[in-house]
Amino acid sequence: MRIDVRDVTKRFDSFIAVRGFTLEVRPGELVALLGPSGSGKTTLLRIIAGLEQADEGQVLFDGDDSAAKGVGERRVGFVFQHYALFKHMTVFENVAFGLRVAPAERRMSNTDIKTRVMSLLSLVQLDTLAARYPSQLSGGQRQRVALARALAIEPLVLLLDEPFGALDAKVRKELRRWLRRLHDDMGLTSIFVTHDQEEALELADRVVVMNQGAIEQVGTPMEVYDTPATPFVYEFLGNVNRIPCTITGGAATLWGLAVKAESVNGAVVPPGDAPGFAYVRPHDIEIAAGGAQKAVVRHIGAAGPTARLELEVAGVPALVEVQLSRQAFFDLHLRVGQAIAITARGARVFPAASVPG
Amino acid sequence: MAATRALAAITESPKVRLALLLLALAYILFFLVLPVVVVFTEAFGRGFTYYVEAVSEPDAQAAIKLTLLVAAIAVPANVVFGVAASWAIAKFDFVGKSFLITLIDLPFSVSPVISGLIYVLMFGGHGLIGPWLDQHDIQIIYAVPGIVLATIFVTFPFVARELIPLMQEQGTEEEEAARSLGASGWQTFWRVTLPNIKWGLLYGVLLCNARAMGEFGAVSVVSGHIRGFTNTMPLHVEILYNEYNLPAAFAVASLLAFLALVTLVAKAILEWRYGHELAPVHH
Repeated sequence: MRIDVRDVTKRFDSFIAVRGFTLEVRPGELVALLGPSGSGKTTLLRIIAGLEQADEGQVLFDGDDSAAKGVGERRVGFVFQHYALFKHMTVFENVAFGLRVAPAERRMSNTDIKTRVMSLLSLVQLDTLAARYPSQLSGGQRQRVALARALAIEPLVLLLDEPFGALDAKVRKELRRWLRRLHDDMGLTSIFVTHDQEEALELADRVVVMNQGAIEQVGTPMEVYDTPATPFVYEFLGNVNRIPCTITGGAATLWGLAVKAESVNGAVVPPGDAPGFAYVRPHDIEIAAGGAQKAVVRHIGAAGPTARLELEVAGVPALVEVQLSRQAFFDLHLRVGQAIAITARGARVFPAASVPG
Repeated sequence: MAATRALAAITESPKVRLALLLLALAYILFFLVLPVVVVFTEAFGRGFTYYVEAVSEPDAQAAIKLTLLVAAIAVPANVVFGVAASWAIAKFDFVGKSFLITLIDLPFSVSPVISGLIYVLMFGGHGLIGPWLDQHDIQIIYAVPGIVLATIFVTFPFVARELIPLMQEQGTEEEEAARSLGASGWQTFWRVTLPNIKWGLLYGVLLCNARAMGEFGAVSVVSGHIRGFTNTMPLHVEILYNEYNLPAAFAVASLLAFLALVTLVAKAILEWRYGHELAPVHH
C-alpha cells in the first residue's frame, strides 16, 4: 500500500511537533524515521496510524484520504514502544484480541481464531508460551507478541515505534534481521521510528532524517551516510569529527586538503573570510610521515575489526577520532603519547552559521 | 557495608524505638481498639436475647432496611460517576480538567452538615425549587430521595479518588493498542480498561459503601428523623442514645461497627493480595 503524507503539521499548544511534513512511501518499502527525541518522529507515526489528528495536511492510503477512517478501519498494525500488551490477558488472548473484537458479520469462528493465532505464534516462535502472561515474558518475547498481535488483523501497513529500543544488543540484532525477513515475506509496507542510526542504516530501504518536526534529508542508507545534506545529518549519523576552520574565498584547507565550502540551511558561503566547520569521517584521516598536520596519540582502542585512535590536534578543542584497519594499525607500531602527522583524504566544509548548537 | 552504615545513621537506638512503638500501640489501643470493644460488650451486656430483640424491633429493622437501600442506590451511582470521571480525567485532555478534579474533592473539604444544608436550601419548603416541588407533590427533603442525594454527595469522591491516580499511572497505551486493533470504545472499556482497574474499583467501592452506611451529619440534616421512615442506622443509634436506651443503641451500633470491621479486613486483603494493582496513594 502506498502512503502519502502531505504537508502535515501538528501543534501541541505552542510547540510545533511536526511542521509541513511531506513524504511518499512506496508499496513494499521499509522506511525509517530517524531523529533525536523531540524531533516529531513518533508524533508523525501516530498521525499516520490515526492515533493523533493532524492540524493541517492529509495522509493518503493508496490515494484515499484517511481522515474519515477511524484508527480501527485503516488496517494499520501498530507496535508500541513499550509493547502495550494487555497485562491481564494471556499471550494467546493478546494475539486473538483483534479477531475477537471484529464486527459480528466479519468475526471468525472460535476454531478459526485458534488456528490463526497459533500459526501467528509459531511464526514469531512463541507457540509454546501461548498460556503465559506478558509479565512472565522477556523483553524480546514481549516484542514478538506485540508484533504477532499487530499482524493478526492482516494489516497492509506496519508501523513500529522504537521497536528495539528496550532490548539488549544481541536480541536487538536478531530481531532486526527477523523483522526485515517478515516485512519482505508478508509484502508489508512498513515505517519504523528510531533514534539509533545504526538500526536505521542497517534495516531500512530509505531513511528519513528528522529534526525539529521537519525533514533534514531523505535517502537510501548509502546516500545519507555518504552525502549528508546538512551539518545536522552529519552530526546525527555520528562518527564524524567537527573541526573549526576558516573559510577564505569560498574554500578552506584542512590538513593538506582544499575543500570548497557549501551553502546549506540558508547560510550562504560569504565571499570574504568567515568561520566555518569541516566535517571529516574517522576513516578519511590518513596517518603517514610527512603529513600536513602534527598530532599526538592520546588513546588507542584496538579491540574489534578496526582500530580506533584519539588524537590531540592543535587548534581542535575535542580529540580527533581516527579509524584504521587492523593491518594498518599494526604496521604503524603506534603507542600512546607518540607524535605523528595526519592528512585528510576527504572532508566537507559548511559556514559556521549553518551548524547546529 | 556502606548501605548498612547509611541505614544505621538514620536509625534510632533500640530504647527510643521501643518507646515510640509502645507509645503508638498505647495510643491505638486507647483511642481505637478500646472503643470498639466497648461497643460490643455494651451491645451484648444484657444478653444475646435482648440484643436480638433490640435489632429486630420494627424501627430498628426499618433503619437497617433504609440504610441498605440508600447504600444500594448511592454506591452504584458513585461507581458509574467515579469510573466515568476518572476515565475522562486520566485518559483525555480537556479544558477545565483541574477544575473538575477540585470539584470531586469538594465533599472531602466541606463539613457534611453543610452538604446536608445545601440540599435543604435547594429542595426544602422555602428553598430554591422547593415550592415547585411542593406543587408537583414531590417530596425530597425529609424523605428517602433527600437522604440518597446527601449520601451520594458525601461519598462521591471515594471511587474517583481511588481510580484517577491508578488510571493515570496506567496511561493510555493499552487503550490505543485496542483501538488500533479495531475495538470500539465500549469494547475497549469492557475488555481492557475495566479489567485493569477492577481491584482498585473494588477498593473504592468498599470505602464508598462504608461511608454511605455510616454517614451521619449530612443525612441528619435532610432526614427529619421520622422514626420507621427516614431514620438510617446512625440516626437510629442517636435517637436510642438520646432516649437513654443504651443497650439498644449499642446493639444497633455494633452492627455498624461489625460492618466497619468487615470493610477493614476486606481492605487489608485487597491491599495484601493486589497492592500493586491499586493506586499508589490512599486516603
